[in-house]
Amino acid sequence: MVDIQKKLPDFKLEVSFEAGLEVLGLLGASGSGKSMTLRCIAGIDTPDSGKIVLNGRTLFDSKRGINLPCRKRNLGFLFQNYALFPNMTVEDNIGFGIENRKREDKLAIIKGMVRMIKLEGLEKRYPSQLSGGQQQRVALARALAIKPEALLLDEPFSALDDYLRSHMIEQLTETLSDYQGVTLYVTHNMEEVYSICNQLVVLSRGGIEAKGGTKEVFRAPPSLVSARLTGCKNFSVAKYISAFEFVALDWGINITTTSEISRNIECVGIRAHTLTLALDEENDIVFKCWLKFASEAPSRMTVYLAVQKDSGGQGNQQIQWEITKQMWLDLKDKPQPWKLRINPEDLIIIKA
Amino acid sequence: MAGYRGKFKGLIDGALTLPLVLPPTVVGFLLLILFGKNGPLGKLLMALGTSVIFSWPATVIAAAVVAFPLMYRTVRSAFEQIDQNIIYAARTLGVSEWKIFWKITIPLSWPGVAAGTVLAFARALGDFGATLMIGGNIPGRTLTIPAAIFFAAEGGEMRKALIWVILIFIISLIVMTLMNYWTDYQRKMIAHNGRK
Repeated sequence: MVDIQKKLPDFKLEVSFEAGLEVLGLLGASGSGKSMTLRCIAGIDTPDSGKIVLNGRTLFDSKRGINLPCRKRNLGFLFQNYALFPNMTVEDNIGFGIENRKREDKLAIIKGMVRMIKLEGLEKRYPSQLSGGQQQRVALARALAIKPEALLLDEPFSALDDYLRSHMIEQLTETLSDYQGVTLYVTHNMEEVYSICNQLVVLSRGGIEAKGGTKEVFRAPPSLVSARLTGCKNFSVAKYISAFEFVALDWGINITTTSEISRNIECVGIRAHTLTLALDEENDIVFKCWLKFASEAPSRMTVYLAVQKDSGGQGNQQIQWEITKQMWLDLKDKPQPWKLRINPEDLIIIKA
Repeated sequence: MAGYRGKFKGLIDGALTLPLVLPPTVVGFLLLILFGKNGPLGKLLMALGTSVIFSWPATVIAAAVVAFPLMYRTVRSAFEQIDQNIIYAARTLGVSEWKIFWKITIPLSWPGVAAGTVLAFARALGDFGATLMIGGNIPGRTLTIPAAIFFAAEGGEMRKALIWVILIFIISLIVMTLMNYWTDYQRKMIAHNGRK
């Protein structure tokens, strides 16, 4: 359980959340205070006030004057740059935190860890002789060797290339499923969060924007910032008309919904990949749009669309639409305007 | 000291570096006051029945004091170059500060420690002013090589001075060479990713 406050140069960090045995993700842009939160939990930095309790053990409590030093907190911390001891071999790195154990025990733990991270045969290597992914695995093994009560992962994969990252995510998920303890996972990458974490806390400028089940938060982010951080690209100011209808002002579309909407609706969002081409005049949410430009990514296309013709003068509101390459080939020679459909279920409605 | 961030950091830092910028004779003078018959440390030593002024320990003290800032500054900057996350990582593993210092901090900053040692050695070997002030120049007891060269040259004994010069050349060269090899060896042991 974490409930801490700390003054930072740009803003005040105020977070409180509880983590169970499911992996909890802390998602936020860089400089949102997510790493600082983790460092406060680990005891690397000290919060100004609040308390941190782990399995009934108080690690920090400003009111009672408790502040356990880092080394007594029994936490595993995985750093973004791995922070391996460069002057020690793989096995010495893993064994560094358990040197006071009996020799046989220590060797057995090291052996088990090396097997878990699949680095058999590389025990005598130095970190500089390993690849980034291997170093990361050693760091994970080193953190787990002390049997920590909680595992704190600070953007563990941000220094790895895409291929390695997806591979490591798979391995980590496997390792974490065996781990009996609290796991906190800090990242700015929404895809990592989605695939690794069951629970999610979204942070922005030191405050909590959203928390809950990961899938739930992604489906219905409660605020503009959390919608953005979970990858929503298109937003419009919304104006309430009636219980089942509002107007998206920036897009100039009237939208009828299936479920009742709140009177203080402020904003509406739609994810770039959920738009579809309208087949015929369905009485759904359909709007006309013109192509402004398209940008190509390795696996898909992002199409930038203008909703009103010649809207360039004012607002300049564009809608991003992500489609497959094949779809783009089929689409690009079709006469404009194109008609796009929004599935009402995909709308992200944000209240003031 | 590298980890200390208090408001007196600048002052303490300055005080520890002071012997580097002060003229050696000033350092020698201050040591003379400190260790002299009426100085606080001198009185203490007198009570114990000894005195260091104009004895060989005096030359050691003088050399150590003038050489210390070089050692201090190089070692400190070597400590500061260690990636702090490595130290934090060690702390989260439950390892004592003492062990972190000996097993991580010192090995990782070894090149800096070695460089500091070389610089301090050179400064200590070459000191003239401070040593002369509190050690004097008693042949066989407190006469250091630089002082010997000075007095030999002044007395017109150029051959004697030259022998001392050659001797100091050889000593310096041997020490520097050994240090270089040793540092290279250590650097190979320390992977590049240990530093920022």
